[in-house]
Amino acid sequence: MTNPNGRFGVHGGQYIPETLMNAVIELEAAYNAAKADPTFQAELTELFNEYAGRPSRLYFAKRMTADLGGAKIYLKREDLNHTGAHKINNVLGQALLAKRMGKTRLIAETGAGQHGVATATAAALMGMECVVYMGVEDTIRQALNVYRMRLLGAEVIPVETGTGTLKDAVSAAMREWTNRITDTHYCLGSVMGPHPFPTIVRDFQAVISQEIKSQLMEKEGRLPDAVLACVGGGSNAIGAFYHFIEDKSVRLIGCEAAGRGVDTFETAATIATGRLGIFHGMKSYFCQDEYGQIAPVYSISAGLDYPGIGPEHAWLHDTGRAEYVPVTDDEAVNAFEYLSRMEGIIPAIESAHAVAHAMKLAPTMSRDQIMVINISGRGDKDCAAIARYRGENISE
Amino acid sequence: MSNIKRAFDHGKAFIAFITCGDPDLATTAACVREAVRGGADLIELGIPFSDPTAEGPVIQAANERAIKDGVTTDGIFQLVQELRKDVTVPMVFMTYANVVYSYGIKRFFERCVETGIDGMILPDVPYEEKEEFAPACRAHGLSFISLIAPTSEHRVAMIAKEAEGFLYIVSSMGVTGVRSEITTDIGAMVKLVRENTSIPCAVGLASPRPNRRRRWPTSPTGPSWAAPSCG
Repeated sequence: MTNPNGRFGVHGGQYIPETLMNAVIELEAAYNAAKADPTFQAELTELFNEYAGRPSRLYFAKRMTADLGGAKIYLKREDLNHTGAHKINNVLGQALLAKRMGKTRLIAETGAGQHGVATATAAALMGMECVVYMGVEDTIRQALNVYRMRLLGAEVIPVETGTGTLKDAVSAAMREWTNRITDTHYCLGSVMGPHPFPTIVRDFQAVISQEIKSQLMEKEGRLPDAVLACVGGGSNAIGAFYHFIEDKSVRLIGCEAAGRGVDTFETAATIATGRLGIFHGMKSYFCQDEYGQIAPVYSISAGLDYPGIGPEHAWLHDTGRAEYVPVTDDEAVNAFEYLSRMEGIIPAIESAHAVAHAMKLAPTMSRDQIMVINISGRGDKDCAAIARYRGENISE
Repeated sequence: MSNIKRAFDHGKAFIAFITCGDPDLATTAACVREAVRGGADLIELGIPFSDPTAEGPVIQAANERAIKDGVTTDGIFQLVQELRKDVTVPMVFMTYANVVYSYGIKRFFERCVETGIDGMILPDVPYEEKEEFAPACRAHGLSFISLIAPTSEHRVAMIAKEAEGFLYIVSSMGVTGVRSEITTDIGAMVKLVRENTSIPCAVGLASPRPNRRRRWPTSPTGPSWAAPSCG
């Protein structure tokens, strides 16, 4: 899917300071060697299975299916992974790679805190130093995850510049990597940034669609008709889509965070409201003003609160292979509550965006069709914020 | 002779960096004129970007203030046009890829020529991505200025061979800002450059303490030496 320059159509590339060029070239070479090395792959598979708890379940949501009265709904339970989200897949891969490269320190950005927690976990597991950059707004929205990271031995640095959210955390982590690359690996959390990150992160997350495919074959003997996932940078979505890209009968649907609506400024729906640009090392779609200043985006979900989208998604959008739909805060919160009551599964508010669209789409599909929703993470971290959204003042 | 080359006529040059629109464009104009009066041979004008990933806290804050106060790319072009009534030293823009890309690459460089800009520095456009910008820049008679870093190593020759205007040497790792010492062996980097091109070299991006800055021009290792002031 990637050409040698890390391009997906016109998207991707390496728009980074010269200071980092040798680091990404070294990373690409190390990754290609690791990818071809059966020992590395065996080590990663063992970590996936024995430590992270893979394969994650593909669960038939019987009550939800009956309630919506359309397509048969399966939930891919990435929320059951160790640390509670799909983020661990990528982090275990990158930490193992960093170790192989002789790095002793991991740095990462985090939005909702799930990637930060996963990175802090992998660093603890492998005896590495860990520093996580997190927007100051997000440290407040996701205070529990800040404590989890510290508990795991990581240093959390609140980022106060800009909007104090995910994009500023990415900028801060990139700046830190510029300062210190000899012993430090930047463990980027999504399918974004300069090449080779979008490819590396996708490959480590692709285990999701690989498992969905074989699990559904076993249960139903066929491919799904639609796969739904939420999209910020887009790592859980690309993971859920990847092995279906060539299966043209499978609809791939990415659910973006529309915040208070795509006709307001308080949105983070990049495909719906952004345009082509260059930022954070890549060419892709970004929410920006007429002079190319990156827009201060908004979503109730800290993990989707990002003004861009990964380059492979931008390309899947251009080619029409995947669809991207906006989902508002209100719809996501409804879905958060719906799945909790209907199936006894509290999804991350990020994943609830995909559930919300599924609630609209499933009734329009026939009963012999199959839909898979990627539940990218669990919602424990969001309970206090959702309670506040509903006007309940609870303390964590 | 290009206007930029003229700045290095005396063997050494001083480059002043100013973030446009911090706190307003009138102040920027006054700063530029003052820098020229103070002996600056070349002016580097920063077009603010919302997320300047190669800058340290000082210039980041300057960028944020300027954008908050409403400075735009068009406003900065007007400023340059106004400055060109009396300022004759070469002026180059330093900004980020998206500012140029969003404006339209061709349209941006056309405006540069119309208003009197001589060159372009885009810190997030490395050698691998410059084909998108450099040929259009050149076609309008502007220099696309390349950067080399302490980590460039074997990339120096490749970059130096295609360098235009002057070559920007990033003196130490990291983002811009006040530093107590410069640990990089600049002499060795300049020597590597010299094996490939005779183009002037400028040292910059990481600015040392003001008293240290004054010492740079006393140890020239190349035919030309520039000490940009940052922040």
